[in-house]
Amino acid sequence: MSWFIRKREPKDALTVKKLKIPEGVWVKCEKCREIIYKTELENNMNVCPKCEHHHYLPAAERIQSVVDPGSFVEFDANLTPVDILNFKDSRKYTERLKTSAKKTGLKDAIISGRAYVGGMRTQIAALEFKFMGGSMGSVVGEKIVRSAERAIEEKTPLIIFACSGGARMQEGIISLMQMAKTSAAIAEMSEAGLLFISVLTNPTMGGVTASFAMLGDVIIAERDALIGFAGPRVIEQTIKKKLPEGFQRAEFMREKGMVDIVSHRKDIRPTIIRIVSLLSTP
Amino acid sequence: MAEKYLDFEKPIIEIEQKINELRTVSKKPDIDFSAEIKKLHKKANRLKNATFKNLTGWQQTLLARHPERPYTLDYVQHMTTDFVELEGDRRFGMGHSIVGGFARFEGETVMIIGHQKGRDLTERMNRNFGSSNPEGYRKAMRLIKLAEKFNKPVITLLDTPGAYPGMGAEERGQSEAIAANLFDLISVKVPIVVTLIGEGGSGGALALGVGDRIMMLEYSVYSVISPEGCAAILWDDCTMIEKAAETLRLTSKDILELGVIDEIVKEPIGGAHRDPVLAASILRRAIRRHLNELRKIDPKEMVAQRKKKFRNMGVFEEY
Repeated sequence: MSWFIRKREPKDALTVKKLKIPEGVWVKCEKCREIIYKTELENNMNVCPKCEHHHYLPAAERIQSVVDPGSFVEFDANLTPVDILNFKDSRKYTERLKTSAKKTGLKDAIISGRAYVGGMRTQIAALEFKFMGGSMGSVVGEKIVRSAERAIEEKTPLIIFACSGGARMQEGIISLMQMAKTSAAIAEMSEAGLLFISVLTNPTMGGVTASFAMLGDVIIAERDALIGFAGPRVIEQTIKKKLPEGFQRAEFMREKGMVDIVSHRKDIRPTIIRIVSLLSTP
Repeated sequence: MAEKYLDFEKPIIEIEQKINELRTVSKKPDIDFSAEIKKLHKKANRLKNATFKNLTGWQQTLLARHPERPYTLDYVQHMTTDFVELEGDRRFGMGHSIVGGFARFEGETVMIIGHQKGRDLTERMNRNFGSSNPEGYRKAMRLIKLAEKFNKPVITLLDTPGAYPGMGAEERGQSEAIAANLFDLISVKVPIVVTLIGEGGSGGALALGVGDRIMMLEYSVYSVISPEGCAAILWDDCTMIEKAAETLRLTSKDILELGVIDEIVKEPIGGAHRDPVLAASILRRAIRRHLNELRKIDPKEMVAQRKKKFRNMGVFEEY
């Protein structure tokens, strides 16, 4: 036996075991790569406390982050998508729906309902990106239209948080028609003299941007959100050039005159309260 | 340069060429091929019927994009007189990929607007292959509001691969331009008759596609995304284009079954490009019929019906 072979296990094996981080207590920031205490991130609306990077926020938490505590009442939760085309790509549409439903606890990519914001009654909806990329099919379209109709009926403002890759390809032409359908509903609200606040969050693309999302009387873009019609990859393939840093980001959209306000996540609620209040008083 | 005919058109075209050859030869005295010609005619027709009865989604897509297919300006020429083209969005540019203007249609003045692809390479480049920038959509809406002001009905013809995905388009608000059209079109107080004459490419087509009647030419297609785009995104495999075209259900028959359009307008056998004058005349009669019907409806009622039409689009369950 050679003299240099270790006779004992390394002493610190036990210490390593002790230091093992319990699952999900710490997370790494997507941007600055700093290790953050998960609770701290959650308490900060999923905004990195070190670099202010805005991480994904689920639709349900999004709604809770703006409404008065306990005031949200969900509507139309029983609307369920239908596989009209019998669509199957690498996976069946029905399977994709099941997976998304399991992941999010939702039937489709949207939560909608009524809530009070700063004591004022509003209709509110948020798209859920984790449900098939927040894509808009029949259910998303219908729930947005019903929210607008409720706004007209109850003479309240409507607030929609967009977060979507665009139209849902698996519903084919019917999903394209949701663009016309939702835009028509916003036009109805406009005719009734009611306020629609559209909040664009990361990402808002394609058929969602090119319909109700860009039709807000006031458009708020969340900081850093990617907002556009064509995706950056498609544009790069078309023009055969790399896009400049920050292209289609919220600040860029503001610079191009496409949005009213670029807002930090924590400022969205007070901003909405101020706008709704200004327009509901003489 | 693209082939002037498609693969599945080839056998038909070969027979037709044979017929032409025989005809030339027949002009000489003492030679009579009329029996053969008649036989070949029959054969060509049989073949056309068989081929065009069972086109796949992808074959229809190719027909819809056929380089010889009549474009908006061809229909304008064959269906109307006194066309005065009006240009520009009054904000930034001319909007080359969409053309429009007042014209006389069956004795009455109409506003006729459509996407315009190019016939040769220079025109194709100039028209951006029918893929519009925001200016095109804004121009279209400006013209439709002009039609509303003068109480003239609107005819739109859709034929685009889609809204242009370029840097400038994004900077000048492609999304806003399309959204604004969808917002405005729903309550325009004059009749709007929409026809898909070729490629109905997603939001870029829909931006001219909100109206009281929506028709599709028999071999046109209408889709939320191109088969190429769909194959790349969902299959991550560019060879799945044909499968994607089938799965998307984008043919006129599919779209009618899905309840999105009101009517399919027949094309000459073999496609509109085989007889553009006949194709235009069939379309003209269909548009005239719809305009006559719409004229009888009170404008307020007409707008209400249009809203209802789009309100009801969507399939879901509720329990």
